[in-house]
This record gives sequence, C-alpha cells and structure tokens, in this order.
Amino acid sequence: MGVKVRPFECWDDFKKYRMEYYRNYLEAKENGSIRWAGSAWAFDPVPAGLGEDVYPLTGEPYGATAAFFRDFSMRALETIERKGAARDLCGYMRNYWGSVAMDKYLLADGAEIEPFPKPDFNFTIHICCTHAKWYHYAAELEGGVPTYAVDISVGPGYLLNDKKIEYVVRQLEDAIQWMEKVTGREYDDELLIRAVENEARSMTLWSKICKLNQNTPAPMEEKSMFSFYVMTLLRRSDEKIVKLYEKLYKEVESRVKRGIGALTQEQFRFVTDNPPPWPFLKVYRYLEENYGAVSVGSIYTFGLGAAWLGMDEKGENWIWEPAPTPEEAGYEIHDRRSALWWTAMFNLKYRASWQHEYSHWIRKQETYQMVKDWKADAIIMHLNRGCELWNMSTLEVRDYLVRNGVSVATYEGNMADPREFDEARTFNVIDSFMQSLGIEKLT
Amino acid sequence: MTTSVDDMPQMKKFREWFENRHEYAKKWKEKTGGRVVGYYCTYVPEEILYAAEILPVRVLGSHEPESITRPYLHDMYCPFCHDTLAQGLQGRYNYLDGVTLAQSCLHMRQSYFSFADRVPNIEWSYYLPFPHGVNNPHAGDFAKHEFEKFKESVEEWTGAKISDSDLDRAIEVYNRSRELLTKVFELRKAENPPITGLHAMLIVVSSQVVDKEEHNEVLESFLEEVAEVEPDREVGTRLMLIGSEDYDIELFELIEYGMSYPATFVFEENCTGSRYFWGAVENGGDRIKALAERYVYRVPCPAKDWARGDFFGRRRFQFIENVIKEWNVDAVIIAQMKFCDPHELDIPSLRDMLDRMGVRHLHLELDLTQPVGQFRTRVEAMIEAMGEEDLFI
Repeated sequence: MGVKVRPFECWDDFKKYRMEYYRNYLEAKENGSIRWAGSAWAFDPVPAGLGEDVYPLTGEPYGATAAFFRDFSMRALETIERKGAARDLCGYMRNYWGSVAMDKYLLADGAEIEPFPKPDFNFTIHICCTHAKWYHYAAELEGGVPTYAVDISVGPGYLLNDKKIEYVVRQLEDAIQWMEKVTGREYDDELLIRAVENEARSMTLWSKICKLNQNTPAPMEEKSMFSFYVMTLLRRSDEKIVKLYEKLYKEVESRVKRGIGALTQEQFRFVTDNPPPWPFLKVYRYLEENYGAVSVGSIYTFGLGAAWLGMDEKGENWIWEPAPTPEEAGYEIHDRRSALWWTAMFNLKYRASWQHEYSHWIRKQETYQMVKDWKADAIIMHLNRGCELWNMSTLEVRDYLVRNGVSVATYEGNMADPREFDEARTFNVIDSFMQSLGIEKLT
Repeated sequence: MTTSVDDMPQMKKFREWFENRHEYAKKWKEKTGGRVVGYYCTYVPEEILYAAEILPVRVLGSHEPESITRPYLHDMYCPFCHDTLAQGLQGRYNYLDGVTLAQSCLHMRQSYFSFADRVPNIEWSYYLPFPHGVNNPHAGDFAKHEFEKFKESVEEWTGAKISDSDLDRAIEVYNRSRELLTKVFELRKAENPPITGLHAMLIVVSSQVVDKEEHNEVLESFLEEVAEVEPDREVGTRLMLIGSEDYDIELFELIEYGMSYPATFVFEENCTGSRYFWGAVENGGDRIKALAERYVYRVPCPAKDWARGDFFGRRRFQFIENVIKEWNVDAVIIAQMKFCDPHELDIPSLRDMLDRMGVRHLHLELDLTQPVGQFRTRVEAMIEAMGEEDLFI
C-alpha cells in the first residue's frame, strides 16, 4: 500500500521570496536603499536597524546557488584560482570571490547580471578559519568596501557565561556605531528589537518543523528541505520569513495528520551530516527512486539556521528540542542592549552549528541523537572537501557511530566545486551500502 | 676560537635539543618529578604552565610518512595536524601528562581533540577559547577572562595555587627568552649575517621544547660568542620566509646549503620563527591582563588577522613590510603548509602587497616530506630571474 504524496502548497511562496531576495539586493541602489553582504551566520538583525530598506546578500547560499549552475561555477572557480586562491579553500567562498572577480552576479534562476552589485558594507562573523577573511579579500576585490567581522569563537553554548556574551555584545555595539558612520543613517532601535524577535521566531519555527519529520512516513525529504531551511540563512529577521515558516509549519503538521509522506514508498530512512554536493543533488533522487530511501534531515539542514537546546548543562547529552523565543523564556527586549544581549546569547547558545566546532564529543552526541530521534536506519556522510568546518570531526563521528551500532556510509565530494565529485563512484557506494544492509531496489 | 657556527657547542646543543626533544622531556620529568604538558599552538600562555612548575613543550611532527591518522582526520586537513597526531598515536608523546590548545585554526583543533582522546596517560586537557578577533579592542579583556579560567584549571589539576610571584618568575624567564631570541634575529640585519635560517630555526624551535631557563643560559653564551665567529659562507640572495610552521631541516638545508646559487634566510615570519617570540609581556601589576594583552597584540597568526571596521588592514602585513625594509630582504619564500586555510586566505593579498613593493616572491606548498628536486629548480629559477639583467652586461 503506497503512501499519499502531495506537492507543498507553500512551495511557490518560498520560491518567490528567494527570487525577490536576490533581485532586491541587485536593485537596492535604484531606490537609495542599503545593501550589505556577509555570512549567512552574521547577526542579520543588527543591520536591520538601519531602516526598512536594507537588503542583504548572504555568501553561503549565494555560493551554493552558483555551484548549482555548474557552468557559472566553473568559470568563477577558475577565475579566482588564476588570482592565487587555493583549490582546497571553502567552495562557497571561491564561487563568491570568483563571481566578484568576474564582475558577474547570479540571480536565483541562473540569469547572469553585470556588474556585480557592490555592497555598501560587509558585515560578518568569524567562527571557522574562513568567514572574516572571506569578506576581507572580497572587499579588496571590490576596491575597499568597509568591512566589519564579529568574533564569536567563545566556546560551546553549554559553557556560555555573561563574560562571553558581553564580548560579543560589545562588538555588536561597536558595529552599530560603525554602520551609522559608513551609511550616514541614524540607527533605529525599534527596528532592531523587532528584527531580534523575528530572528528567534524564524529559527525556532524551523526547529519545530524539523521535529515533525520524526513522524513516519516523513512529511518532508531533505532535498525539499534545502529550499525551506535556507530562509533562516537569507534574512531570518524579516517578518515575511516568520510568516512563511508559520505557513509551512501548519502545512507540515497537516501532512502528518493526514499521513501524507515525502515518498510513495518509504522503506528506508537515513540522515546526512554535511552540506550536500549542490551540483549533484540527484544523489538524493537516486536514493528515493531506486531504494525508497528518504533523507529525513541532517545536522546541516537542521543545525545551520535553527535553534535547539543542544548540549545539556553538564555537556553529556544532546537535546533536539526547539529553543525558547524571548516570549517563551520570559525575556523582555526593551532597548538596544537587551536586544543585542538576546541575539548574542540566543545564537551562541542555541544555534546547533555553532556548537560542534568545540569538541568531537559534541558532534558525536548531536549526530547519534539525531539518528535515534528521527528513527533513521543509517547515516550517509558526505566527506565534504569544500568546507573544513563541516568536515570537522566527521571521521571521529563515523568511528563512534559504528561502535554504537549505527550503519554508516561515506562518500567524498565537494559541496560547491563540480570538479570534485565522482557521480558513478558515489552511486556505486550507495548500491554497495544498500546491498550490505539487505535493502532491495524498488521494482 | 670556533671557526664556524655549526661547531659552536651551543649550536650543537640547540640541535641536540631539537632532535632529541622527547628524550629531553622524559629526563626532565625524571629529574624534577614535574609534569609535562604538550601545547598545540603558540597562543597558549606558557607562562601560566611554567609558573605552576610544568614544562610546556610544543607538539610537533616528525616529517615521516604515515597513514595511522587516516581513520580520524580527513585527508583535506593539513599535514602538520596529521603529523602531530601521528606522533601521539605512535606513542612518542606517552610521557605527556596533559595537552592543551589555544583556539587557533580548525585543523589543529581537530588534531588536538583526537590527540587528547587517544593518547594514553593524558590526565588533563584544556581547550582555551582564545579570541580570534585580535584586531578588536575587546579581545584583550576576553582573553584575560579565559586566561583566568585556564589558570584555575591548572591549579585544580595540580592542586597548588599559582601565586603572583610564581607568575612574575615565569614572565621574567619568558621575557628574557624573547629578548634573546630577538637579538638573534637582529644579528641577521648585518650585511654578512653570522647565522643562517637553519640555525635560527633550531634556536627558536628548541626553545619551544626545553625549559626556558636552561635555554636562556645557553642562548646568552651563544650570543656572547657568535659575534667572534667569522661567517664562513657566501650570503647571496637575502631571503625572508613567510608562512606556516616550518621546522623541516631538509628545506633549510636545500635552500641555504644545497643550491647552485648562494642564498640565506635573514628572517622567518612564522610560528616557528618570529611570530613565536616577538613582543614582550608588559608586566605592570595585573599579571593575567598583561599576559592576555601580549598574546592578543603580538604579531598575529593569519587565522586571527582581519579587517574590523575602521581598521582595514592586516597587522601581520604591516610587520612583514617593516621587516623587508629593515632586514634588507631581496626575495620572499612563501612556504605554506598544504591545506592551511588561514595562510591560503592571505596569499592572494600578500602576493599583491609584495608585487606593489617590488619584492620578488615564490610560493612553495609544504607537505609532510618535501619535493627537494622540484623546490631546488623553482628557487634557483627565481634567483636566476632576479639576476636576469646581469646576463646582458
């Protein structure tokens, strides 16, 4: 008996937002608006205080989009390599740098626009070796765009204390003064407060949506989730994103109630860990069509932009439960400082992807608990040469999972460099893995 | 009187310490009954360990091919982090009582966690969240807070309080070491430097693996006597080494002793060279604050050196620019550990800066072992190209 499947009703709403997002950034200067560029992890509520006409361009989603359009990506990568960038650097970043160096801007539908729209300023964070330096060099390529990077490397959330939060808050306070200077705009704390609240709501809503995928049949598969999760990385402090997630939550909840699944035949559930090979998303379709195998999520898709409780206070166990919003936590945001304090604390403590940089143990617990909570039969790990941060701990995690009875397959690739992926070999790995587990191909 | 630096007993001692670092640490333990802690990055405030009568030794590799780390570290991580972990997995660091890392690049972090988990006898391990944003004004304050916690952890482990006078003693010993090492590098400004890059590397790296007080004694007498030694080699092209940690004797020997053209390193801008010791601790009462400020405001590792608002530059580049002028550098060898992201992220801009300065440069990618023949050809070609006008005289 097959499972009922339905296209997502809100799919087009998400698609429309993403299309407009890249166009809004492009056209911002026509209306005297502000545009800024930075990591998807940058504190995006902070520039929101400059006005209602502030448009960001976040680098990782842009790099992933570029990678999806392989021809553009190849040209971008080769352009920046000729300028001396090493091939083993972050794949997203090389696509971004290459795009700037070619002076070509990519829209979400693959259309190429010249010239590359220079931001008024770069505003980013720094947690891996790349982020701040990404925008430092981009700024040089752009002829000296003002750049500000916030150091957030204060350690894992369960060890967070006031001193660590204060370190980040002070940098954000400085950043606001700097933004006023760079843009000539007066900062509006009310807009900041609203943006901080929206950020928490967006991130927590996405967590709640992810939780719904613990159901069987899974109402979503990961390839679709890639189009949903990215909103937390484009402009999570935008009220429109909150509305989109509210709509999606209701729809996924209703799919669960009605038994609507992602696949007509769900015979195998697995999770993944890293950014996918964006130019080769057919890996997911191959698994679905040939084996009825659904990816119910990953620490990347769930952890990158969502807010989770994470490690318990003792640092022993990982808890995949949505983090509280300010309202749920009883925290009143009433001025600039309380807003900055909340956004710093919330991100440092609850953003899952800011936790596992600080020990193998955290990532082992995070991954193992995901396998359990989402009732996965296995994990398929992408040994991703395109991101040193997401590749952290992967082999130690693999070792831990195997020792704890979890089936693991690994394939090597690159999230954003189409030259570093062996399609045939990857399908062979998948076939061998499935065979070893006794999973029959669908007839 | 000694006729060559290589024949000086002090230089022989530095080399012996460098080559037999594990034996030294084991003997030190036997002799003192003290603890030995391996540190993974030069941002670790060694003075705090030293004040607790612990011997800090830098965790280094051996430049030998290995495959033992492959189950734990991905191939895209740098050879240095593989090499260091390999030493631990092969039992060469079994004498360590503890291991620590001050937050630096992700690759070392990865190696450190596996090392701490898998090397036997490790009683104490500490991950120190050292700030990355060393160009921002709040970093010193944050580092101070983290250093205090580090100190508390050391005290808890050893069961003994670290007093202000313990810290004063450690700071004094370490500052003396920095002063002496700086003098060694100052010597190399001379038209005919008495020592080579190989000598400098042996001096600096040996200081990272032996008791500083003992090292200072030998270094003091070395400095007293080296002035008397007549340089016995042609200086040739004055080179500056910029890049990742580099303690590979073979590379120095190749470039300074094994080419058709004479060449001498007059400065090393890396963490096995000047970045390790440049800049003293200004001890003015609050010892931990003084330590934090020294480590934050030292010449930064590229992992920590980036634009921040009104400051759109790299402090390391400013330092490099000054060195090139003051040490009269003819050409730069950028020697970057393969896959080292922080350096790779700086290299396009560094090359641009050197081009603007009119300084010739060559980029070599270091691995566990070096392709000597290829490197020789490339470095010789660079030196040949620098003298191309002479061909038409």
